[in-house]
Amino acid sequence: MAAASHNDAFVVFDHVQKSYDGTSLVVKDLNLNIGKGEFLTMLGPSGSGKTTCLMMLAGFETATNGEILLDGRPINQVPPHKRGIGMVFQNYALFPHMTVGENLSFPLEVRGMGKSEREAKIMRALDMVQMGKFANRRPAQLSGGQQQRIALARALVFDPKLVLMDEPLGALDKQLREHMQFEIKHLHESLGITVVYVTHDQGEALTMSDRIAVFNDGRIQQLAPPADLYERPDNSFVAQFIGENNRLEGTVEEIKDGRALVRLNTGELIDATPVNVSNKGQKTLVSIRPERVEFKAELLPADAHLIEAEVIEVIYMGDLFRTVLKVAGHDDFVIKSRNTLGQRVLTPGEKIKIGWAPQDARALDPV
Amino acid sequence: MADVTAALLTTADGRPLKAALAEAQSRARRRAFLLVAPLLAFVVLTFIIPIGQMLDRSFHHDGFSANAPNLVEWFDANPEGTVPDEAAFAALAADMKLMKENKTAGEAGTRVNYTLAETRSLITKTARGADKLAPPFKEALLAIDDRWDDPAVWQAMRSSASAYTADFYLSALDMERAEDGSIQRVEEQGRIYVYLFFKTFLLSGIITLVCLLLAFPVAHLLATLPMAKANLLMILVLLPFWTSLLVRTTSWIVLLQGEGVVNDILLSLGFIGDDGRLKMIYNQTGTIIVMTHVLLPFMILPLYSVMRVIPPSYARAARSLGATSWTTFRRIYLPQTLPGIGAGSLLVFILAVGYFITPALVGGADGQLISNLIDFHMRNSNWSMAAALSAMLLAGVLVLYWLYDRLIGIDNLKLG
Repeated sequence: MAAASHNDAFVVFDHVQKSYDGTSLVVKDLNLNIGKGEFLTMLGPSGSGKTTCLMMLAGFETATNGEILLDGRPINQVPPHKRGIGMVFQNYALFPHMTVGENLSFPLEVRGMGKSEREAKIMRALDMVQMGKFANRRPAQLSGGQQQRIALARALVFDPKLVLMDEPLGALDKQLREHMQFEIKHLHESLGITVVYVTHDQGEALTMSDRIAVFNDGRIQQLAPPADLYERPDNSFVAQFIGENNRLEGTVEEIKDGRALVRLNTGELIDATPVNVSNKGQKTLVSIRPERVEFKAELLPADAHLIEAEVIEVIYMGDLFRTVLKVAGHDDFVIKSRNTLGQRVLTPGEKIKIGWAPQDARALDPV
Repeated sequence: MADVTAALLTTADGRPLKAALAEAQSRARRRAFLLVAPLLAFVVLTFIIPIGQMLDRSFHHDGFSANAPNLVEWFDANPEGTVPDEAAFAALAADMKLMKENKTAGEAGTRVNYTLAETRSLITKTARGADKLAPPFKEALLAIDDRWDDPAVWQAMRSSASAYTADFYLSALDMERAEDGSIQRVEEQGRIYVYLFFKTFLLSGIITLVCLLLAFPVAHLLATLPMAKANLLMILVLLPFWTSLLVRTTSWIVLLQGEGVVNDILLSLGFIGDDGRLKMIYNQTGTIIVMTHVLLPFMILPLYSVMRVIPPSYARAARSLGATSWTTFRRIYLPQTLPGIGAGSLLVFILAVGYFITPALVGGADGQLISNLIDFHMRNSNWSMAAALSAMLLAGVLVLYWLYDRLIGIDNLKLG
């Protein structure tokens, strides 16, 4: 993990807690270090506390307890306008009574910048998002995607070191969203700024981030780069929240050489890697990604345990087949197989044996 | 291609597309018209026609012209400034006989009286003795009253001889016709209307401004509070609407009068002495205080409706971009509330300009507005004068409306 240490971190959340009503905590003991130039995404379901964290960092909410540091400086008492943090809002928040140029000019004017310098910066920022010709338009005359670009340019025009984005692509259609993800990522790389990005869209998080902090119930469940998060979830919540996932409940039979043997509730034995379990006899939930399940025995390790499965449904999805199986009493076990030349296509009702490499199945905490 | 698009488009069965469209929509249009017809009829009957009548009365009065046909003829034949000759006096005598016969001397006199004071009694007195008039008429008439020799009386009759007249508007502007027919301002102590118009607009402006200053924070609070609390507060704002205007006004009298609650409190706190009791009612101050209170909801409601839909993210965005809270207010929040400020100010100002009951009750001598004078003329049956003043008030409001449209734009108005 590329976690920055406490000392050289650009943004530090140090035991931060937040309560709105004095009876319950929305953010519970948050500790997070964000490195300079990092693209960190706060991902989580709504109500998980991610937006509250962003608002505390921006200065619109005050931490109930704990300290937030920006570039080594505590900022709990610093009002928002003195933090020098750029922010892109969910609904863009472009000032409707100003033109695009005036919107971009605003942060420069309040900083007392001269006219010629302002104009140069505005043009540079607009060119950066390919909106150079739109300086005299009003926000209402722009499409959603164009407004999004302007909001981005406005957050960047005064050269902030840190930019916060609060679900900035939520209002765009799928195609535009994917395009903008790429552009934001590209801007981040070319400008070298630090970005804290909030979203509930896991695809967005996986595509753009250096690291993702998965929030649930006011806590960070896992903080890891996208590949780690997807392939090596720390707990059942993360496994369930990121990507598609098959779950099998059972009890640990044996742990040896970093491998666990799990006896399912229906009696079958399967292989897994112990993550949140350490002792024989513990209850566990084994999580397996659909694309890591194999039904062709010749592709599996020789000593892998196989279990019986019955094909319920095969869905043709173009690039892959999505097959729903009945496994160990569950009839929602999914496997995905690539649509390659010579791929064996299953038929409903067929009885097969499936298995996986032990490192692809993770024995996590029971839910 | 150009030929095809230029050709008249037709439907599949060959009818012109425009005609087909009009036909297809005519039923819906007829139904829509029938739905608004009752309101349209109501507005025409109770608003358009009365306003039209009022405007008509303000420059049309045939009380004299209809009852003095001989004089009308003579005035038509002789240009302004002609010294009345024997023929003129003969016409006058003939008309006096006619008036006596038809008992219309009072009506005719009233009309002339509007232009020149004390001519009504002159005409009724002369008409009473009209039967005994014999040539030479000049001497006979002068024997009844020597004012018949006064050029001012003849000028007043001349201007009354036309059913259509601008005299009422002249009076409303503190002007009159001189003996030679030219227009001049009335004597200084007689000039009341222009000053009163000015005062009405000034006081209305002050009331609007005070309303705006008081309403803005309240509306902002209403817009930002959680819904349940905002609704409770809204009831408090609307409470005055549900209380009788008379009750509210008299409550203010209780509070503000010389021996009233406010003065008593100030006295007991030692801010004022017993001989220094503040005079806060039955004057301009009273009018301003009470009318501000009465009209405040009309400012709060449009402001609130505008503020409620301004997302808080604008202010946040401005703050994150480096603006202080004052700059955020001035450059981001305030401009977005302009439609509400415009609507509220226009509403309060127009209501204030025509307000009648409150200044009548608490205005005393110097807190009266133009509407009180309109009321005075109506009670004295000088409908034409009242109509002329009302028409001028209407014109003033329309001018303001036009100015508002030019400066801010009427499409920026948001009343609710």
